[in-house]
Amino acid sequence: MDFFFEVLIGGLLAGVMYSLVAIGFVLIYKASGVFNFAQGAMVLFAALTFVSLGERGVPFWIAFLVTLGAMLLLALAVERLVLRPLVNRSPITLFMATLGLAYITEGAAQALWGAQVHGLDLGIEDIPLDLGGLLVSQFDLFAAGMAATLVLVLSVLFNKTRIGLSLRAVADDTLAAQAVGIRLSRIWVVVWAVAGLVALITGLLWGARLGVQFSLSLVVLKALPVLIIGGFSSVGGAIVGGLIVGASEKLAEIYAGPLIGSGIENWFPYVLAMLFLLVRPTGLFGERSIDRV
Amino acid sequence: MLYSEAGQFSTRYAADRRLFRLRQDRLGLGLLLVFAFAVVPQIGNDYWFGAILTPFLVLSLAGLGLNLLTGYAGQLSLGSAAFMAAGAFATYNFQLRIEGLPLLASFALGGAVAALLSLVFGLPSLRIKGFYLIVSTLAAQFLVPWALVKYGWFSNYNASGVISAPRLDIFGLDLSSPAGRYVLTLGVVVALAFLARNIVRSELGRNWMAVRDMDTAAAVIGIPLARTKLLAFAISGFYLGVAGALWAFTYLGTVEPHGFDLNRSFQVLFIIIIGGMGSILGNFLGAAFIVLFPLLLSNLAGLLPGGLIDPGQLENIQKMIFGALIIVFLIREPEGLARLWQQFRARLRRWPLRY
Repeated sequence: MDFFFEVLIGGLLAGVMYSLVAIGFVLIYKASGVFNFAQGAMVLFAALTFVSLGERGVPFWIAFLVTLGAMLLLALAVERLVLRPLVNRSPITLFMATLGLAYITEGAAQALWGAQVHGLDLGIEDIPLDLGGLLVSQFDLFAAGMAATLVLVLSVLFNKTRIGLSLRAVADDTLAAQAVGIRLSRIWVVVWAVAGLVALITGLLWGARLGVQFSLSLVVLKALPVLIIGGFSSVGGAIVGGLIVGASEKLAEIYAGPLIGSGIENWFPYVLAMLFLLVRPTGLFGERSIDRV
Repeated sequence: MLYSEAGQFSTRYAADRRLFRLRQDRLGLGLLLVFAFAVVPQIGNDYWFGAILTPFLVLSLAGLGLNLLTGYAGQLSLGSAAFMAAGAFATYNFQLRIEGLPLLASFALGGAVAALLSLVFGLPSLRIKGFYLIVSTLAAQFLVPWALVKYGWFSNYNASGVISAPRLDIFGLDLSSPAGRYVLTLGVVVALAFLARNIVRSELGRNWMAVRDMDTAAAVIGIPLARTKLLAFAISGFYLGVAGALWAFTYLGTVEPHGFDLNRSFQVLFIIIIGGMGSILGNFLGAAFIVLFPLLLSNLAGLLPGGLIDPGQLENIQKMIFGALIIVFLIREPEGLARLWQQFRARLRRWPLRY
């Protein structure tokens, strides 16, 4: 039984890492209705920039701020060059545009900083911690703490500030928001910049885990089922979805893996998400939309 | 003047309904086909057959398959490569396990297996719409290659899951030379493209377009949603399956499951974005672009003074240019290269006059 709980807790904590990527998605989807496939590429870009600056002797906080500046520039460029010309186009078109964006960002990150694997040390030792007989990774706990802080900060930003109010207005009804004088272009820049910040934090945590390398941009594929289960438009859903995916894929790997073959981690979350969708077509916390002819 | 329809009257309904109503179109297409079937095999060399023409044709067919589903029926799919893999491995197994099965029949059976698989992964589309649907096709994308690697039976217990081409002959005619493989591919692709052109203007094709434009409205006017969507998945799966079999056997010769990864799916998606969604011709234009563009880039880089751009960097630059092109196409020309061709035709029609 202890083993079961260890696997469960390990999975839940890994799920928090997935949630981090998913939060970036949800932010952008809420405010601009764009399903941003480039989030993974942004994670790679941020982590690679940060690590490369660090390797050139730039201190931690300055590297962090410079990377944040780069993400802000990226947000400005995306709003000006991609979103604005594509305003009022179908969501599928916008999704494909973010595919293009993902290619550009990945290419740029590797062209600028090279394709080799960088190590990243955040100064947290990855030693197992003994909690009442259960072994829990310290690093995972730290990541979970970061995620909780991030969610807290984001919910304060969304619920208590003026800019958060306009963000929610845009998410609720874009046209009505514009009618009362909210500037859509500024909101988009803010949202993409915040998603950039989330990408940076995600990149640091994932990078410390796996090394900063190209495969970081593939975390986007891990986050997709999380989003589907949680619903595209709910930050809370992203967290819950992440926990469900993390826990169930680890349990499936341990308990179902021997029966049907190992390596099921790659597709199991997708099949799980599909089953969820058959019961709830817009995820656990997604908003139900009404179609009118 | 060149493209004028003046003087061409349809005096029968049959003439009104034909695939290409303009005499110029029929003539042009006829000449092109004669050229492709009779002249190209004589004048081409192995490099052209193996590295350019065959992949171009196979990718066109794959684009066609995805275009029927995404461009015509409006169901976004990121799992094209999975259905290609299913088609390739199914064809291989039919050839291997059924003695004396004709090659074309095993292509068709392989396509049918891919169609069935595509149908299964299309089932959620009855309940889910839009982005939520990509999870289903992505599930196929991850599940199929995994199963092909995991269960050795599919690759006849080859240690690394690699399958290689059976003997390519039709009616005793040996087609395993590069030129022969090109002709085989060309024949299959042309036949299926004509079929697709017929499907999209049949009742089914019109239903697809109605569902794409607004499925709620389509349901209201009495289009059977479930049947229409599932047929789109099945037929698209068939095309992709045949494309996968051709990719494995006439283009590469040997192939492993990882040859059909997510990047291949994206490649097929890019073909239809660049070529034009909801167009048959667009797939050919898009595939030509996807095949030729990297060659052009590497040749251009070769012209620069030596060592200025190393190969790794070239790949990154290529990626960035591709990404930028996708965005530019979506902004400037959402209907892709096919639309540019139409504009060119319209201009030819009134040339040399301005109006």
